[in-house]
Amino acid sequence: MKTLQSKEITAAVRELAMSASCDLEPDILDKLLGARDREVSGLAKNALDMLVTNANIASREQIPVCQDTGIGVVFVTIGQEVMVKGNLEEAIQEGIRTGYADGFLRKSVCDPVTRKNTGTNVPAVVHYEIIPGDKIRIGFLPKGCGSENMSGLIMLPPSAGIPGVEDYVVQKVKDAGSNPCPPVLVGVGLGGTFEKAALLAKKSLMRPLGTPNPDVKVSEIEQRILKRINQAGQGVMGWGGVNTALAVHMETYPTHIASLPVAVNIQCHAHRHKEIVL
Amino acid sequence: MDIEKHKPESERGFFENLKPVAVPFEAGALEILQAGDLISLTGSLYTGRDQTHRRLVALLDEGRELPIDLKGQLLYYVGPSPAKPGQVIGAAGPTTSYRMDAYTPRLLELGLKGTLGKGSRSMPVREAMKKHGAVYLATVGGAGALLSKSIVKSDLVAFEDAGPEALFRFEVVNFPAVVINDLAGNDYYEMVTAEKLGIKYETTV
Repeated sequence: MKTLQSKEITAAVRELAMSASCDLEPDILDKLLGARDREVSGLAKNALDMLVTNANIASREQIPVCQDTGIGVVFVTIGQEVMVKGNLEEAIQEGIRTGYADGFLRKSVCDPVTRKNTGTNVPAVVHYEIIPGDKIRIGFLPKGCGSENMSGLIMLPPSAGIPGVEDYVVQKVKDAGSNPCPPVLVGVGLGGTFEKAALLAKKSLMRPLGTPNPDVKVSEIEQRILKRINQAGQGVMGWGGVNTALAVHMETYPTHIASLPVAVNIQCHAHRHKEIVL
Repeated sequence: MDIEKHKPESERGFFENLKPVAVPFEAGALEILQAGDLISLTGSLYTGRDQTHRRLVALLDEGRELPIDLKGQLLYYVGPSPAKPGQVIGAAGPTTSYRMDAYTPRLLELGLKGTLGKGSRSMPVREAMKKHGAVYLATVGGAGALLSKSIVKSDLVAFEDAGPEALFRFEVVNFPAVVINDLAGNDYYEMVTAEKLGIKYETTV
């Protein structure tokens, strides 16, 4: 049995929150540079240039990449041989609270009824998963809601088949237009139940950007959807060109014989994500 | 990865050759703007997003005076991140504009001449803009660190308790934007789509 103190969790989450907002990971930077080199629309190329410059300034001066430093989404994967001394949930929320305060990050969390800002950016949304092993993996995704608001879920009839799934995802991205800050990352959850599909879509965003699903029949769907989205030509910021989406990530789970749930979670190009293993 | 190696030749390159526009807007300034124009804004503007709008319109509903005179002004949809000591402002890029659609026509009636955000506007807003002679501008979403460099002064004007949704007055220098909706009612997003489909664009308002 391995023992971790809750204050170690707090310190790790605080650090993740602060660094995620200012330092983009290499996977998204690579994709933005690739998109800039591929771009055919002058205005879109300018915008991609700005995004690369923006990432440079953000990292160098430790200014958030985007003012929407998100609502925190935390994925905690706990090895069943780990014991945490103290309150794990409180430790995570305290890490978010101190990270957002000390990092000069925007507090964007409010009561859904009164719309009153909590002033601390807590609570974050925390998902737990228990797996074999003696480690804790904490993934942090500060989720901006310009893109989150463009997400959707549909319970398709199985007769719609994969063509129906692909049509739905492509249409969601088309309808989102310039709202979610394209070029976007499109997370898709296919199968399971209503809530499982949504969670799969969100979790798919944590994959290294552009890595295909290991199941070839799924990665082929990802590629077909990506091609269709980019052929539609809305482009970066809705200003035309060939880069509406940087990648499509699909995760699947077995579903009921009567069901075909599809969830689409859209992520902006300011794709901030960090992970730590304790 | 060493991102310094991939730096554009000039970090300020994007800002060259833009059509300069003074804010608040001067008489006749909007007439020359066309959908798709790249412009650079210099002067002063006000900020506001969801809560700011909700409160402004609530004041109007109660028959009370607004904390600012909107005549000729540009309203920037932004909720900045906090400034660190020594900074004018934190990251300050645009938020998505459609969420303000429910409130915008009321503000246009008061002489507001322009709004700045990202994403498309509803037909009622486009019709109200055409009626009142106002434009809608967009800037690059998710470039809040870079855009903050064009903001040289920030003053709190109202609604301090709304946090990032307070109403600020910014002084800006060479703040880059694209004209989305011009006085003729053209829409740049629709123009891009029409061009892709190879059809002739005609305004829909």
